Amino acid sequence: MFVDFTKEMKAEYTIIAPDIFPTHMKLLEAVFRLYGYNVVIAKYEGQAVINTGLKYLHNDVCYPAICMLGQQLHALTCGDFDPHKCALIQFQTGGGCRASNYLWLLRKALEKMDMEYVPVISLSFGGYEHYSGFKITPGMMATGIRSLIYGDMLLLLKNQCLPYEQNEGDTRRVVEKWIASLTDQFRRKEGLSAGTMKKNLAAMAKDFHDIPKVKRDTVKVGIVGEIYVKYSSFGNNGLEKFLLSQGCEYMVPGVLGFFQYCFANMDTDYRYYGGSSLKHFAGRRLEKIAEGWEGWLIDALKPYPEFAAPVSFEKVKKLADRVIDRGVKMGEGWLLPGEAAELIEKGYSNIICTQPFGCLPNHIVGKGTIRRLRELYPQANIFPVDYDAGASKVNQENRIKLMLAMAKEGLQ
Amino acid sequence: MKRLGLDVGSTTMKYVLLDEQDQILAQDYLRHASKIGEVFRKILGDLQDRFPGENMAVTVSGSAGMGLAEKLGLPFVQEVYAERLAVGRYYPDTDAVIELGGEDAKILFLTGGFEMRMNGTCAGGTGAFIDQMASLMQVTPEEMNDLAAGHETVLSIASRCGVFAKSDVQPLLNQGARREDVSAGIFRAVVNQTIAGLAQGREITGKILYLGGPLSFLTELRKSFDEVLKTTGICPENSLYYVALGACFAGVGKESDLGELVEAERNVATGDYRKTRPLFRSKAEYEEFAARHKAASEGIAELTEPKKTMYLGIDAGSTTVKALLCDENGNVFRPFYCPNHGDPVGLIREYLTKLYADNPNLTIAGSAVTGYGEALLKSAFSADHGIVETVAHYTAAKKFHPDVDFIIDIGGQDIKCFQVKNGLIDSLYLNEACSSGCGSFLQTFAQALGYTSEEFARLGLFADAPVDLGSRCTVFMNSSVKQAQKDGASVENIAAGLSISVVKNALYKVIRCADAKSLGKNIVVQGGTFLNDCVLRAFEQEIGANVIRPRFAGLMGAYGAALYARDHTGKESTFITRQGLEKFEHTVHQLTCGGCQNHCSLTVNTFSGGRRYIAGNRCSRPLKQEHTLEHYDLYEYKRSLLQKYRHNYRDPNKKTIGIPMGLNFYELLPFWYTFFQTLDFNVVVSPDSSRGLYASGQHTIPSDTACYPAKLMHGHIEWLLDQKVDAIFYPDMSYNVEEGLGVNHFNCPVVAYYPQVLKLNVPRLKEVPFICDFVSLANPVIFEKRITEILRNYFPKFSKTSIAVATELAYDALVRYRKDVEEKGEEFREKAAEKGKPIIVLAGRPYHVDPEVNHGISKLICDLGAVVITEDSLSRSVEKFPTKVRNQWTYHARMYAAAKYIAEHPEEGLHLVQLVSFGCGLDAITTDEVRSILESAGQDYTQIKIDEISNMGAVTIRLRSLFAMLEEKKK
Repeated sequence: MFVDFTKEMKAEYTIIAPDIFPTHMKLLEAVFRLYGYNVVIAKYEGQAVINTGLKYLHNDVCYPAICMLGQQLHALTCGDFDPHKCALIQFQTGGGCRASNYLWLLRKALEKMDMEYVPVISLSFGGYEHYSGFKITPGMMATGIRSLIYGDMLLLLKNQCLPYEQNEGDTRRVVEKWIASLTDQFRRKEGLSAGTMKKNLAAMAKDFHDIPKVKRDTVKVGIVGEIYVKYSSFGNNGLEKFLLSQGCEYMVPGVLGFFQYCFANMDTDYRYYGGSSLKHFAGRRLEKIAEGWEGWLIDALKPYPEFAAPVSFEKVKKLADRVIDRGVKMGEGWLLPGEAAELIEKGYSNIICTQPFGCLPNHIVGKGTIRRLRELYPQANIFPVDYDAGASKVNQENRIKLMLAMAKEGLQ
Repeated sequence: MKRLGLDVGSTTMKYVLLDEQDQILAQDYLRHASKIGEVFRKILGDLQDRFPGENMAVTVSGSAGMGLAEKLGLPFVQEVYAERLAVGRYYPDTDAVIELGGEDAKILFLTGGFEMRMNGTCAGGTGAFIDQMASLMQVTPEEMNDLAAGHETVLSIASRCGVFAKSDVQPLLNQGARREDVSAGIFRAVVNQTIAGLAQGREITGKILYLGGPLSFLTELRKSFDEVLKTTGICPENSLYYVALGACFAGVGKESDLGELVEAERNVATGDYRKTRPLFRSKAEYEEFAARHKAASEGIAELTEPKKTMYLGIDAGSTTVKALLCDENGNVFRPFYCPNHGDPVGLIREYLTKLYADNPNLTIAGSAVTGYGEALLKSAFSADHGIVETVAHYTAAKKFHPDVDFIIDIGGQDIKCFQVKNGLIDSLYLNEACSSGCGSFLQTFAQALGYTSEEFARLGLFADAPVDLGSRCTVFMNSSVKQAQKDGASVENIAAGLSISVVKNALYKVIRCADAKSLGKNIVVQGGTFLNDCVLRAFEQEIGANVIRPRFAGLMGAYGAALYARDHTGKESTFITRQGLEKFEHTVHQLTCGGCQNHCSLTVNTFSGGRRYIAGNRCSRPLKQEHTLEHYDLYEYKRSLLQKYRHNYRDPNKKTIGIPMGLNFYELLPFWYTFFQTLDFNVVVSPDSSRGLYASGQHTIPSDTACYPAKLMHGHIEWLLDQKVDAIFYPDMSYNVEEGLGVNHFNCPVVAYYPQVLKLNVPRLKEVPFICDFVSLANPVIFEKRITEILRNYFPKFSKTSIAVATELAYDALVRYRKDVEEKGEEFREKAAEKGKPIIVLAGRPYHVDPEVNHGISKLICDLGAVVITEDSLSRSVEKFPTKVRNQWTYHARMYAAAKYIAEHPEEGLHLVQLVSFGCGLDAITTDEVRSILESAGQDYTQIKIDEISNMGAVTIRLRSLFAMLEEKKK
């Protein structure tokens, strides 16, 4: 049914991945290289990418698909790569939302483009497909997720320094320095053991702490939502840049949380639907491992109380329980209101809920939970913002300005 | 210092000038027709004259004001926020504010938890929408207001989106509904949209203020709000200026010299927007293009004198009527094209009267009618033939290229495209709500910017850098244009950009072609919109090939009808004679059909001679045809099976469980009914959905863009709450039943988790226990354990045996139900074979059985002479097979399987029509797959999109085209 990714391809082919998490992807790329896969992030942006997406995908499909798949298809057509020496890769959680079909949408698009020879690889926990030249080992998965912890840390610190830096560009320089340093460490097969990670994370926190800062009144904004438009500035029309220009400090919860959410669902599934108790044990075990990694990050921040650290994931689960049943596991599921609650409790009570227009899970976990969140947190100021190939930036920014006007009133 | 507040809205600019004591010194509002800079300079110039040499503290607000503020470095106050400041100043005890603007709608809740709500991207019920509707009815908004005052009933018009409303209004007008009632219906649609879209579960009560243009000017709109909200709101003095006033009150104004601001405005022009290539690079290029298209129609003349016998063709479209006569050679006489003004019968009568008067010797030897109003006009004037539009268009196109293999028609409201394979019409594409951008869309924009359609069409030809507006829905397009204006795009470039977007919409949204080559070799383009050279050029550029545009591009439906009449002459034409026309009379009245639960709003047209034509019906029942067709309708059968579980008898000694009849209950009712019945509960099931039921729950819907079947659940819950049940049962189900067809057996996210939405958003659900725990039926053993756990939280303990028995009986009931459906399906298939009827597999989801959801489509298909069966009556005779998607949703797996069955059994004469609920995200994936399974086996595929919209015009065309094609194939 699909084109295999062979051992020979592993040696010769470039694997093109979409640019999902802007800060993290560089690191993931390095991890893949460590395991011998020549992964390249398709960092294309702009209307040409959107047009490619719209042309080869169903127009009613979610905006993240238009953007991400658009990037990959654009990579094949823009002349930067030889399509005969390329494969594409997509994440697949196997959940009940249509994102599980992105892989297949790519294959259908390739057919339309007469490029059905391009292999498409599924990157999943479930191992839904098998290829002779591509295999995710547990070790590789662990390494990958560990590299994301660095990404989360950089994101967290960057966001808390940018609005306050004395000399413009300091923060960005520190981020770049660390990405260079980490990719270099990975290349030398270093930087991913528990010991070095703790050391790196501590050094990172110190570096950001050392950036000269000034005190400024900012509006604190929390960003939650669908995983792609939440992180990707291409997907959310430069939301972070806009917020910065409006004098905000924003926080976006880390990527690790999404993995922890997936692990936690294994246990909930077992409780609700029974089946093999293996699910239950594996889920609990993975949760424990992730909890350990999360602890490294939190510990590294302890010496610097000026930085708001993430709460433990166990706490996020409890916060989510107050809003919605944790059986809701499609898309971002209960994680979305859980993170919203976490952010509000931390003082980021102005919440932007980013969602692709027409996103099915978001009817439930996004717009559907706002009423409840406001019941729990009357101070919360929650605004859903829709993203779409046709939605205009003016409208999005006008909505956000309304939110900020209300927030600023709260400040005075 | 004096303070100047400017409110730049989407269509108007308003300002107030306040003195130090907050007294208003000057105020005005001007339509800016997108020339924001010009109007800005005019306002400031006037103020400079009145208050020479004075500096003022200037603040900008309004949805289109952000750009201006940025350009001039002026402070910007978000408009809703500004409004709130003004309300706080003048009416501090207000509980809620409703403000409608040109393209925005807002509600502010001021007491009991402050909140501000603004419409999202998908909401059309605003000022611009009212303007659009008014222009559709050929009146000004104020005249529409006067009309509405004289209403007798408020007609039901879809409110979810302006585009939908339009397709509800147009047929009503065409059918001759009272304009007064339509006007009232339009206002009510705005009210419903505002409440559904913005209130989202919060009741609007207490002291209410109405602000903004539409609510200031339109008294009937205010009344409509009053009626729905059961209150009397206040429209205060200066209701237009609250935003501008609030901008002043924000106290952030920047001291400015007005003269300097005017200068500064003049000097900044950005011009930084998304561009695309120009349509023509030179005059010569355009002339070559114009000459080529002129040549395409050589050989077909427009006659100045009639031949003795001629053939008449009439095309009664949704917004226009077209008519012409042709001779034996296809030469054209008296082409006529006119907006239908809601009265196509009157217009054609006028046309004919003049025709007969001017040409006393003319004989009409044959006549045919096509288009939306086909049946009405055929019956009015006793035309010889009524033909499907696709047939008319194909007949006409053949005249220009005998080997035409692709026809695209872009009219005022519709886009129709089809391929021709072996002389047969194949693969019909029609536009839908989200792909509605076509002719009237260009017209509306032209008007909004202050041009006629013709001027607008010429403007874009030599635009140097057309705006790239994408290919989205018209509502999105408004804001994209706003963005382009903000970025300094010229009107020329916007005009060209809009034309290009119409083409992109047709190609990528309607036809969904990735490659122009796949369209065909000989392409004929038609429809009035293609008379716009920008659109024609954009089309050729986009597909990279030349096409044929006939001379009478806008009249091709009528031309095809005339040619058809010529080719199908009988002995004598039945067409109305000169004498008949003189005595012609036409009266219209409205009534509600009581034939079934659909309660269609009927328009009864009576013509001289007692001929009647009834419109608005969804089935043939009100037509009282002498020999009503026998119906083999598996949808109806399913409904009747489920009806057995809905007697709602209550034993006073037992506890009562309420079940909301929607979504997955349309399949699982036998299961849950049996389960609870066996456990000794009364089971009360909510009734069939209706608009009324929907309205009763509309105020608690948090996400307006969810699918209609899901949104209906709010009404069902309200109904159950009124029944004083002891508990409402609606479990969350991530998983559906496992049927072994796919790699998983999920429900879609909405079906799976809608109970959570209800729990979190329906305030009254706190009144009774709402059992919405998570459960799965995939495994009976696990189910038994799990349901025991769940019930324990709500009721005294049941014995292990009683639950075991209830479980067993419940599974049996479900199996029996499924088997019943399958057996009946088989029986219907045999009946069809016996009687030689085509079989339509109406593939949807179980909840499409709800008549409010399917709008009686199954009956309509039966009326057209086919047998209707369901996807799930076939799916189980199919083995698991590989698909090109991740086959993981049970309901959708059945559709793939049904398609597979049809593909593998061509001898059975099955045809698949897929029902798609608007907003169903999964169907973006499933429709393509179902289509590809069928088409790879050479089978046809038809798709029908449904929502709360009840206009069946497009559905009828689609189905009739399908049947016309089946007929042709038989021959």
